[in-house]
Amino acid sequence: MIVLLDVQNVHKSYPTEEGDLAVLRGVSLALDEGQSLALTGESGSGKSTLLHLSAGLDRPTSGQVVLDGRDLTSLDDRGRASLRRGSVGLVFQQFNLIPSLTVAQNLAFHARLADRHDKDWTGLLADRLGLSGHLARYPEHLSGGQQQRVAIGRTLAARPRLVLADEPTGNLDEDSGDAVLDLMLDLVAEAGAALLMVTHSRRLAARLDGQLTLEHGRIA
Amino acid sequence: MIRAALSALLSHWWRHKVQLAALMIGLALATGLWTGVQAINQEARSSYDAAASVLGQDQLDRLLRADGALIAPQAFVDLRRAGWLVSPVVEDEVRIGGVRLRVLGIDPLTAPPAAAAVDLTGDGDLAAFIGDDRLVFVSPETAGRLPSDPLTVRLSDDLPPGVAIADISTAWSLLEMEGFSHLLVWPEQPYGVPPLEDAAPDLVRIAADGANDVGRLTGSFHLNLTAFGLLSFVVGLFIVHAAVGLAFEQRRPMFRTLRALGLPARHLVGLLGGEMLILAFMGGALGIVVGYFVAAILLPDVAATLRGLYGAEVSGTLRLDPGWILAGFAIALVGTAVASAQSLWRLARLPVLAPAQPRAWSMATSRSLALQAGLGSALLLVAGVLAVFGHGLLSGFAVLATLLLGAALLLPAVLMALLRLGASFARTPLAEWVWADTRQQVPGLSLALMALLLALAASIGVGTMVSSFRLTFTDWLDQRLASELYVTASTEEEAERLRSFLQPLAHAVLPIRSVEARVAGAPAEIYGIVDHATYRDHWPLLQGRDDTWDRIAASDGALINEQLHRRAGLSIGDVVTLPNGWSETVVGVYSDYGNPTGQVIVGLDALADRYPDLARLRHAVRIAPEDAPALADRIRDEFGFTMRVINQDEVKRLSLDVFERTFLVTGALTVLTLGVAAFAILTSLLTLAAMRLPQLAPVWALGLTRRRLAWIELARAVLLALLTWLVAVPLGLLLAWLLLAIVNVEAFGWRLPLFVFPLDWLALALWAMLAAALAAAWPAWRLARIPPARLLQVFAHER
Repeated sequence: MIVLLDVQNVHKSYPTEEGDLAVLRGVSLALDEGQSLALTGESGSGKSTLLHLSAGLDRPTSGQVVLDGRDLTSLDDRGRASLRRGSVGLVFQQFNLIPSLTVAQNLAFHARLADRHDKDWTGLLADRLGLSGHLARYPEHLSGGQQQRVAIGRTLAARPRLVLADEPTGNLDEDSGDAVLDLMLDLVAEAGAALLMVTHSRRLAARLDGQLTLEHGRIA
Repeated sequence: MIRAALSALLSHWWRHKVQLAALMIGLALATGLWTGVQAINQEARSSYDAAASVLGQDQLDRLLRADGALIAPQAFVDLRRAGWLVSPVVEDEVRIGGVRLRVLGIDPLTAPPAAAAVDLTGDGDLAAFIGDDRLVFVSPETAGRLPSDPLTVRLSDDLPPGVAIADISTAWSLLEMEGFSHLLVWPEQPYGVPPLEDAAPDLVRIAADGANDVGRLTGSFHLNLTAFGLLSFVVGLFIVHAAVGLAFEQRRPMFRTLRALGLPARHLVGLLGGEMLILAFMGGALGIVVGYFVAAILLPDVAATLRGLYGAEVSGTLRLDPGWILAGFAIALVGTAVASAQSLWRLARLPVLAPAQPRAWSMATSRSLALQAGLGSALLLVAGVLAVFGHGLLSGFAVLATLLLGAALLLPAVLMALLRLGASFARTPLAEWVWADTRQQVPGLSLALMALLLALAASIGVGTMVSSFRLTFTDWLDQRLASELYVTASTEEEAERLRSFLQPLAHAVLPIRSVEARVAGAPAEIYGIVDHATYRDHWPLLQGRDDTWDRIAASDGALINEQLHRRAGLSIGDVVTLPNGWSETVVGVYSDYGNPTGQVIVGLDALADRYPDLARLRHAVRIAPEDAPALADRIRDEFGFTMRVINQDEVKRLSLDVFERTFLVTGALTVLTLGVAAFAILTSLLTLAAMRLPQLAPVWALGLTRRRLAWIELARAVLLALLTWLVAVPLGLLLAWLLLAIVNVEAFGWRLPLFVFPLDWLALALWAMLAAALAAAWPAWRLARIPPARLLQVFAHER
């Protein structure tokens, strides 16, 4: 298997009035192509921070993050943005849809941004996500579950090599959460992408290929 | 990538049409009022330049009689025989069919090429010009106002409005005069011509004056207009700033998403800059259209004002000029750049993981409020320093600008303090919530309230200045126009007969004689008066001595008007230099409102000694006021309508009319600015309405009806307007004082006392509250009818 994401001895701390606050203290992980991995841990254990560093949304204080053979720590803002656009798909807990675009426009948005828009693939995703009847609507008119499905569709429509999901079902009730997760796992597998998912739920984590637990910024 | 990102950014405006409209209207109003004023100024300046260049007066030297009298034709003939290349001109004003016309009579055969005012190169044109004794050339606009009879009118596009060019004999006939006003001197003279002192000892040579006097005199008026245009522009910019700021704040989550999905920060800032450029261009175009209409509506009044106040003819018709159109676009772009610079700067520094929730100004920290108040205080300090140590009109306007901006920046802190004071009187939980919630609204509404403050302060300031001026001016007219009738004869013989006729009928007949001259380097008039109680008892002296009137009666000294006193720095005891080596000691200074030029009053004998040939046609007649109309009728019966008889009341009415028109434009701009501010409140309330729901939903859930919440929203807007008005009153009074004590003195050369008009302020308070209520009505109505599901969504989103 080829390693897609390689995180090596990453430290991350934030300056506070009381001094530096260490959030990650020497975390390492590797994620192969097509593999899915759950990141679990208590609140404040550093899960989301690790996810953000993996996406190139932030830089580690020390250590190395290599994505698709490229060292994110050596890339500037433009280089990291390009990598996110081309290789990474992000699914947030808050959905983060663009409120002024319709469902159809939101679905195609990331793919268009990456110049990889495939109408047929996007249409297929819309069908599979049960959004075909809502394409002309705006996000504010959708339920939370529907909005999260749009967010997942937006990510997968761009055919990313790595999907990073930060508590994608955290805002949904259990049934909706399960349904959305099932769909996401199926589609990620179908697209051949790797998945790194942050979750509080051990039950959901157990459904992925593997899981890592963070405790006080370290792998437990 | 670019297209996808741009479509996402622009989609915001599609979904927030009210915000887009606010931005467009704000930009259009800001650009429009500014461009309108610029268009008016440009039109006026073109007219001044055209008037100054008629007959090449800005290029050719002129010969005049030193005593101001007409030049005899024989003097012209003598000069030509001596070899001088000169050309005669007759110039005076005449009313034809109620239209005031500046008639210029020329001799086309001797006129230098630079004085070729009209094209006479066509077949028969020259013959007709000389031969037709009713032929005049005028501009198309003037032609439209002139009656067809008794003139033969031909059109010339190059002529300024109000000017008629005719052959010299035609001009003589129209003006009922003989002789020449001046002689134009060719730039190149034959070699060996005798010196002017020998060839024509009575004549003096006046060098061509590139800078025209009218332009100089009216400069301050245009600067005033520009200042008001700038004020409107700033108020409009508040709207643009508010709309742009809100659009940026509302799109913060979108910016974060775009960045997270891989759009580089530089691209995002560039795209938003491009978006602002497009919007500025659209708003600017709209603004230029608005500006054109503002200028077209105001121009006739401005033209009338300039004609009445300065005798300057300005075309009442607006022409499209590329200059102010380009300036309009430029100011729209600059305005948008200024209004969006802060937001773009913040965005460029925004970390990709910054909180995505819209903060808007409602979440502004107390630190930024304190910083803003500190900046406001510093500006007020600068205003104070400039007021004490600054000189000149620009410094005066700098004081106004720093004062207004400083006060506006301080407003949120002052309102917070007032609201905290109000909250201390709250006794019920609801009242406590209303006060606290209102305080929370201040940052979000602060830009609109700052715009309202500027508009209200400008209204109070300008209103106080105009009303103070009106009171003073009316009193001054009563003093200055003490004589009951003013009578002007058309010939010396008629004047002689008039004096004999009036001798037994009037209490006194006072001669009015004057000559135009240059004093202290600027145009001025010198008047000669006789010793009479009319002057001693009524003349509005600002500075005088015990023996002022005795000195004037003895032709030993001069009175000067306030304008000359201030401009030339002359006071009692100083020596004023008059033409031809004449000088007099200043023995008094008098107020002379409405007159842009300097004025000197000397004893009649002193004037008559220097100018023995002065026309003695004008007279002031003293009689019991109730007998004045009957005497006026008797004069007209006796002498016919060639004798001009003006009643004191008529002069006052005309003077007040000029006065009212002078401030009509500034008044109109003040009202427009107030309208812009009300619009700013409306747009702020509308755009903030959606962001208010998380604050209102819990109160609704606790048992307040939507209707009641709507009423509270309405009352809150009215309360904030009222509090803003409270701050605007002292600011407006300070503004009035600055206008009267600094700007007017520098601009017009006179200083007026300050009067206060509390009833006007109360009326303004009602207008401000009404404007706020109207602005809040729609958002409140929407709140009263908002579906409960929308309010419940607040809780769903917070889960």
